[in-house]
Amino acid sequence: MTSLPEALPGAKKLGLVIDLDTCVGCQACATNCKEWNTSGHMAPLPDHNPYSAGQEGVWFNRVHSYEAGEGEEGRTVHFPRSCMHCETPACVTVCPTGASYKRAEDGIVLVNTDICIGCQLCAWACPYGAREFDDDAGVMKKCTLCVDRIYNETIPEERRVPACVSTCPAQARHFGDLGDPNSDVSKLVADRGGYGLMPELDYKPVNRYLPPRLAPKADAGPPRDAGPLPSQITNPLLRWVDKVLSR
Amino acid sequence: MNPAPSIIFFTVASGAGYGLLFWMGLLRALGHLPRTAGFGALAVGLALVLVMLGLLSSTAHLGRPERAWRALSQWRSSWLSREGVAAVVTFAPAGLFFLAVIAQAEWVAVPAGLLAAAGAAVTVWCTGMIYASLPTIRQWHHPLVAPGYLLFGAFSGAALLAMLAGFWGAATLPAALAAVLGAAGFLLKRAYWASVDAGKPGSTMESATGLGFIGKVRTLDPPHTETNYLLREMAFRIGRVHAQRLRRIAALAGFVLPALLLVLALLSGGMLAAMLAVAAAGLVTLGLLAERWLMFAEATHTVALYYGVGERG
Repeated sequence: MTSLPEALPGAKKLGLVIDLDTCVGCQACATNCKEWNTSGHMAPLPDHNPYSAGQEGVWFNRVHSYEAGEGEEGRTVHFPRSCMHCETPACVTVCPTGASYKRAEDGIVLVNTDICIGCQLCAWACPYGAREFDDDAGVMKKCTLCVDRIYNETIPEERRVPACVSTCPAQARHFGDLGDPNSDVSKLVADRGGYGLMPELDYKPVNRYLPPRLAPKADAGPPRDAGPLPSQITNPLLRWVDKVLSR
Repeated sequence: MNPAPSIIFFTVASGAGYGLLFWMGLLRALGHLPRTAGFGALAVGLALVLVMLGLLSSTAHLGRPERAWRALSQWRSSWLSREGVAAVVTFAPAGLFFLAVIAQAEWVAVPAGLLAAAGAAVTVWCTGMIYASLPTIRQWHHPLVAPGYLLFGAFSGAALLAMLAGFWGAATLPAALAAVLGAAGFLLKRAYWASVDAGKPGSTMESATGLGFIGKVRTLDPPHTETNYLLREMAFRIGRVHAQRLRRIAALAGFVLPALLLVLALLSGGMLAAMLAVAAAGLVTLGLLAERWLMFAEATHTVALYYGVGERG
């Protein structure tokens, strides 16, 4: 059923919060995502020419690197991009078969690869490039928010988070219920001014990005005297004068 | 957007087929076309063949064509599903229309023809809305896109009808219609191009990344060194010079020249009129193939922003 489930107040909205301030662009999240998901819910993720030129395959997570701003104000920002598990995902409503769907219970957007016809209209409808076509199987594939990990009672509880979150060495990725204003992720978003991407398209993405912290602006006042440190003054009398005058 | 040949052929062929079916159903019911079995079988038969070839071609774009029947289920939300349902439903009156015109059973042919005409219009409207309903592609998410599909289908269908009716010495009305629709199509396409050229992308690298508060955003490192599905499918770019040339070809071959040939056919009459209408129908088909190719090639998708592939890049 590709009509969206009714949005109930207080319903779970599982999603990711990605800290662009601490992401170091190491690609570990993308790699671990590929590793888990190539044998996970939407397995396999194809790879063509994996060991030669023209390597190409399906990945659910892509890490871009950007520069924003000029000169001293400029920043290098590493930017992981994956499914936003939108509240109003057109990738779901455009699907002619009901293969693309949004779960009522937690908001995760999934593809039923058993009935997908591979028309690829959902990929056209997604602004974020979250869907990549598996041309071996002839069906569309996408991030599952590791639906096969987060509810998986056969793995230790602390590991029941998406593979990208569990592997991030900078702890730049957080997972939780963004529909609950008291959840850790919601508080983090509120504290840091987390935002969704391309709000103008009104897909209501659930994932949030925490903006890079900017360096404090250079002091606009007159430059301080570059005088010697008290410990550098050897003459005791001058040191006493410096101490008095510095009060 | 990557211009997929299967979709381009599909929309041009089925558009012309449904256009021909529409005018056949309507004008024949109004008594403006020859009611002989031969003409009816040829015209309705050609319409059905074009529609079926188009639909067949569209399944070539599917990863799992054997599951295509599943596309009929989600008509509540999906324009693609609605198109499929409308196409299948239209086959019933259209098939009946075909049999009735051969059997000369007017009491069936007239209502079946009118129903088929309505179904044809609905199907082509759904085709247009598949594109017009995508906010990710500003050149498609435009108020003239769905009316354009309807108008171009009506135009190419009328041109085909003028070609066929010419051999029965009855090209006058369809040729006049096609000439007017061609002029209207030319004006619509001109207005559309002017509007998308003047329009600004609603999304930018800054809004796509949310980093605009720092300053202008540019790419530093790509996420992958080789190409991928997203780049092939949605970051297709055509050079500005090629686009301008193709626009002129589409406007001239697709609309202006065929409209002029049809006016000449109106003035000349007889066998010459039929030959002119044949040339016009051929030109319309070629011109619309170029127009449809451009419709894809000039369309920009927001995904390309993440890769720093801006418009006119």
